[in-house]
Amino acid sequence: MQGLIELVQNLGVTADWLAATLAVIVYAVLVFLFLALFALFAVYLERKVSGHIQDRLGPMRVGWHGILQTIADTVKLLTKEDIIPENADRPLFILAPFVLFLGTYLVYAALPFGPNATASNLNIGLFYIIAVSSLVVIGTIMAGYSSNNKWSLYGGMRSAAQIVSYEIPVGLSLLVGVMMASSLNMSAIVINQTTGIGGIGGFLGWNFIQNPFAFIAFVVYLVAGTAEANRTPFDLPESESELVAGAYTEYSGMRWAFFFLAEYANMWIVAVLATVVFLGGWNSPIPGETFVPGWIWLFLKALGVVFIQMWARWTFPRLRVDQLMVTCWKYLTPIAFFNILGVGFWMIFIG
Amino acid sequence: MPDIRTEEMVINMGPQHPSTHGVLRLKLRTDGEIVTHIDPVLGYLHRCFEKHAENLEYPQVVPFVDRCDYLASMNNDHGYAMAVEKFLGIELPERVEYIRVIFAELQRIASHLVALGTFGLDVGAFTPFLYCFREREMILDLFEMTCGARLLYNYIWVGGLSHDIPEGFVEKAYEFLDHFEPKIKEYNDLLSYNKIFIERTADVGTLPADVAISYGATGPVLRASGVDWDLRRDEPYSIYDRFDWDVVVGNDDVGSVGDCWNRYYVRVAEMEESAKIVRQALDQLPVDGDVKEAIPRKIRPDKGDLYFRSENPRGELGFYLVSDGSPKPMRVKMRSPALANLGVIDEIGSGWLIADVVAILGSLDIVLGEIDR
Repeated sequence: MQGLIELVQNLGVTADWLAATLAVIVYAVLVFLFLALFALFAVYLERKVSGHIQDRLGPMRVGWHGILQTIADTVKLLTKEDIIPENADRPLFILAPFVLFLGTYLVYAALPFGPNATASNLNIGLFYIIAVSSLVVIGTIMAGYSSNNKWSLYGGMRSAAQIVSYEIPVGLSLLVGVMMASSLNMSAIVINQTTGIGGIGGFLGWNFIQNPFAFIAFVVYLVAGTAEANRTPFDLPESESELVAGAYTEYSGMRWAFFFLAEYANMWIVAVLATVVFLGGWNSPIPGETFVPGWIWLFLKALGVVFIQMWARWTFPRLRVDQLMVTCWKYLTPIAFFNILGVGFWMIFIG
Repeated sequence: MPDIRTEEMVINMGPQHPSTHGVLRLKLRTDGEIVTHIDPVLGYLHRCFEKHAENLEYPQVVPFVDRCDYLASMNNDHGYAMAVEKFLGIELPERVEYIRVIFAELQRIASHLVALGTFGLDVGAFTPFLYCFREREMILDLFEMTCGARLLYNYIWVGGLSHDIPEGFVEKAYEFLDHFEPKIKEYNDLLSYNKIFIERTADVGTLPADVAISYGATGPVLRASGVDWDLRRDEPYSIYDRFDWDVVVGNDDVGSVGDCWNRYYVRVAEMEESAKIVRQALDQLPVDGDVKEAIPRKIRPDKGDLYFRSENPRGELGFYLVSDGSPKPMRVKMRSPALANLGVIDEIGSGWLIADVVAILGSLDIVLGEIDR
């Protein structure tokens, strides 16, 4: 971010406040572009992955191997009629997709894209991310409530219960990484993972193999993160076979696309957090290797986590709403608490 | 503390809902997410089948029978054709009987495959659906090469068949069986014994045997409740008594007898048994015989009535025919297995969550074409 501000200043903007504002706008636009492109790519990937898992090819007609399919779909969404139900609560209905998207969008302010590529390298980065991403639930409840549709209402209520619950195991398992780095700063957490077992570095330095509790925390985070991103097997708020489309039932066109965009943006957040906190961030898995830029490693690892989320989605059935709560409160949360204790003892007595 | 006013919410599931398997409408009374009462509303797909049948000659009814249970057209044709044949007292050539059994059992497999796949969809697993359809496709290919149609066949006629099986059919059928039998393990690995799937279906919507019987439930729904009853064995028609196969009943290995898991699993196991029957029938298939030999020129049953029942993939498919001696039936009443099976929905679905109601409905495997007729 500092670099961006300097760049703007070099272009002739002398006032500090103006330079900072311009830099923020430039960054926001860049992030939005990244999100849109990532969503395009991820939707295509999702369809291809699901296709191959299901013994079919996925999109094949639009462009080479269907590569332009999502662009065609986006154009369709953009040109679609925007319908607002007559009895909907109009202001809330219109606002909801943006509130929901805002929740995920704000996270990107502190999300690293590589070494020295974080908009705002907050010293409480992880804390900020967890706090801001809670906004998402408000958007979903607004959507569910304002649609004036019983299915939407169910979706909104489920979403509230689910996201509020799963925040706890997510936060607790991320805390393990924080304890190991003694910092909430994303860069510090990553730098802490450059060396590790035997000081060799490479993948041996990554948090998830530093001690058994960290590994359990990694698994807990993957499960809870999937739930927080509303992905199958935890996609209850929009479970299509039960609630039609849950909170998003009444939405169409661009508004619906925003929900969709937020879902994929969320997947990326979950993947990047898993990478930064447990998988060594932008550190290379090969000890001593410095040739490949860090952001490539970060992207590759995050895409791997995204792939795991997709893989799970196309393999598992969906949990029931009470089982979802049981999974969270009876299994994940106690395990996550136990982990914190375990990591603490490990760090004091073993290393 | 002041009284908090609460009320039950009535919610319409369907007729446009992804999980009502067609145009069924369920009026759910819900307390939070718990369903306290289920009221099925039928008739969105009513096409006056029985009235149509009164204005058509006996063989002309066959295509309409096709369209009742569109996932098991062969079984429907078979049941109807046998009912009329019994009315007329026709003896069929051996070859016709064998081909009919082969097609009926292949159709049973195809129908159960759809049931499994859509049940997977109902509990949120998308992939098994496409796996099931992959195998169903091969069965439909076999049907297509025989009679040219993939869904509504008009193949089994009164007194015979519309076509003999083409050259290469027997080999392709064997090929299918060799391909299909190992695939059942794949379904079990992917879905049947998946932990989440078991959590979702085991002990959910348990249907006790006596309730099943009192509602007239038949087919896999009845057998899953532990009642050992299959018309193919207990009231043998066609040539089913010549084959060596077992009737599958529900067990309590995973959940309890009569739960959703058992209703699902009975179908999986039944596909295996059907494959056995097809294999034996292919082995014993007589080489020669004219499939149109026994088709009567004139179908004019004597005055009277008759009820004939056969085992459809969904249960007991009955035809009650009344003749006044003319070439057209005076009355055709169809006993729809899915309608009787759907009757239990309130009994076993009340008190469960909405998600369970979807699973329970899916496990009953209804076809609206047959319920509404």
